[in-house]
Amino acid sequence: MSEITQKTYMLNMGPQHPAMHGVVRLILELRGETIVDAEAEIGYLHRAFEKHAENETWNNVVPWTDRLNYVSPLINNVGYAMAVEKLAGIEVPERGQYIRVIACEISRITDHLTCIGASSMELGAFTVFLYMIKAREYLYQLVDHLTGARITTAFTRVGGVKGDLPPDFAEKFHAIAKEVRTAVAESGALLTRNRIFMDRMEGTGVISKEDAIAYGITGPFLRSTGVPYDVRRAHPYGIYGKLDFEIPVGTTGDNYDRYLCRMAEIEQSLRLVEQCLEQIPAGKHSLEPKEIKYAYEIQDAGKHGDTALLAKYAAKVDQTLAGMSKDDQPNTRVLDRKITLPAKETTYGNIEGLMNHFELVMWSWGVRIPPSETYFAVEGGNGELGFDIVSDGGDGPYRVRCRPPCLFPMAALKKLLVGGQIADIIPTFGSVNMIAGELDR
Amino acid sequence: MSDPLRGERREAPASSNHDELSKLKAEGYNMLVDMTAVDYLPQGKKPRFDVIYRLMKLDAATGSDMGRIELHCAVDELPVLKSVKDLYPNADWLEREVWDMFGVKFTDRPGIKRLLMYEEFSGHALRKDYPIAKRQPLIGPKSGDKAGSPSFNILHPTITGE
Repeated sequence: MSEITQKTYMLNMGPQHPAMHGVVRLILELRGETIVDAEAEIGYLHRAFEKHAENETWNNVVPWTDRLNYVSPLINNVGYAMAVEKLAGIEVPERGQYIRVIACEISRITDHLTCIGASSMELGAFTVFLYMIKAREYLYQLVDHLTGARITTAFTRVGGVKGDLPPDFAEKFHAIAKEVRTAVAESGALLTRNRIFMDRMEGTGVISKEDAIAYGITGPFLRSTGVPYDVRRAHPYGIYGKLDFEIPVGTTGDNYDRYLCRMAEIEQSLRLVEQCLEQIPAGKHSLEPKEIKYAYEIQDAGKHGDTALLAKYAAKVDQTLAGMSKDDQPNTRVLDRKITLPAKETTYGNIEGLMNHFELVMWSWGVRIPPSETYFAVEGGNGELGFDIVSDGGDGPYRVRCRPPCLFPMAALKKLLVGGQIADIIPTFGSVNMIAGELDR
Repeated sequence: MSDPLRGERREAPASSNHDELSKLKAEGYNMLVDMTAVDYLPQGKKPRFDVIYRLMKLDAATGSDMGRIELHCAVDELPVLKSVKDLYPNADWLEREVWDMFGVKFTDRPGIKRLLMYEEFSGHALRKDYPIAKRQPLIGPKSGDKAGSPSFNILHPTITGE
C-alpha cells in the first residue's frame, strides 16, 4: 500500500468563541480531528492591574483586586490585605479573621459552582448550569448582604474588614446552605454517573503528578492528580489552623477527577463556614440586647445619683447624632488610627472620624509602611494566589505582583490538549477554569 | 526564623542563574512557584532590575511544603540571564511575561514573544519610566497623546507629569 501523505491544517479558536469562556485564543494544528499542536494566546483582558497598583495608595488597591478573579473576589481582597498586613506587621483581631474566612469560603463555593456549571453547560447539561447558577445567585445575595455588592465587593481594609457581620447573617447563611446542598446533590445526581458526561470527562485532559508540579500548578487541578497540597493546610493563615476540613484528592488527574474534587470542596467550604459561625467570638451584633431609654432619662437618673442600673440601658439619642452611638467595631479591625480606615458610621457620624478618614485618603498622606518586601499566598479558587509586594516607604505599594493561579494550568494547556480530539478541548478548558481577569490582570 | 512562605533569600549573579537553579532543582526544589521582576530605576540601583525566582520543595505524597527559597538576580537590559525553561517548563510563559513587562532579555531566547501585550506594543509597561497615562497607536489616538480625562490628570499630577 502506498504511503498517503497527510497534511495538517490550522484552526483558530477564539478570542470570541462560544466554547471559550473568557477571551482567549487557541491556535490549533490538526490532523483530522486530532490535535497535533496547540498554542494559547492570552492577554485580551489585560487591564494593567500591577501598574495601577503601583500608582495607588495601600487601601485603594483593594477595589482593583475585585477584578482579578471576579468569580471569587473576596479571596483576592483577603489575599491582598493579608499580604500588606504581613508587610506592616499587623495582626487583625480574631473576629475580623473569622469574618474573612467566612467571606473566602463563600467565594470559593461561588467559584466552584460557576466552574462546574459553565463547563457542564458546554457539555450539554444545561439543567445543571441553571441549578448551579441559582445556588450561586443565593450566595451572591448573601455576599451582597455582607459587603453591599455582589461582585465588586472591596470588603477588606488594611487592618480589618469593612464592617461586622449583619445581625441575621448566620440565619440567612443556614437557609442558603440548604439550597446550595440541594443544588449540588441534584447536579451530582444528573452528572456523576451520567454515561455521556463520563465519556467526555474520563481520561481526557490527563496530567501526571510530576508534570503538574513541574508546571507550578496548584489548587483543585493539582489535587486531582493526587497531591494534597492546599495553602490552607500547608501554611495555615488566619484561623484555618483551628478549623476542621478535609482536602479531597483525585487519583488520575483527568477532567472527571477535577470535577469530583470541586464538588467535594463545595461541601468542605460549607462546613468551614458553619464552623466559623459557631466559633466566632462575640462582636458588635452579638452583644446582649439592652433596654432602650431616652438619653435625657439616663442623664436625669445620673443627676439623681442612680448610677448602679445605668449600665443596663442603651441611650436613645437624636437622629442626627446617630453616628455617636455606634462603636468603632473593635473586634473586626485594628484600632490604629494611622493605619485602619474608620468605620463608615464613624466617618459620617463625627468630626474625628471624618478627619481620620480624610487624613488617610489624602494624596500622599496615607498609611506608610517601612521599606521592605514580602510574599504572601492564600488558597484561591484555582490554587495558590500569591501577592509579592515591595514597599519603598511611601503611602502606596512600590510594586505589587499577583501570582495568578490559573496562569499555570494555562501554560500547561498544550500538554493537556496535544494528542486529544477537538471535542476534548471543551471539558479540558472548562476544568482549567480560566478566569481571564486573573490570568491577564 | 525565616518566613515559611518565602524561605531563605539568596542572591546570585545573573550570569549564573541557570547553574544556580539547576543546583537547587537537584536539591529537591521541584516547583517554580513564581518568577517576576522589580524595577529599581527611581532608587538608582545598578543594575536596575531585580529578577526573583521563587521555588518550593513540594512533597507529592503528603502535599506539604518542605521549604521554599527565593533567588534574586540583579540584571540590566542586556541579555545576561539564561532561560530556565529546560528546568521548569512554566518558566517559558513567566519569562515571556518578564520580557513583556520589563524588557529583560534572555541570552538563549532572542526571538522571545510578549505574553500579555500585543506584538505592536512598544516599550515595557511595568518599567518605572513608562508613564501610566501613555497611550499606544493601536488603541489610543495616533499621536500617542495621554488619556483625555482631566480629573485623572488633576488627581495624579506626579504620574502624568503635568
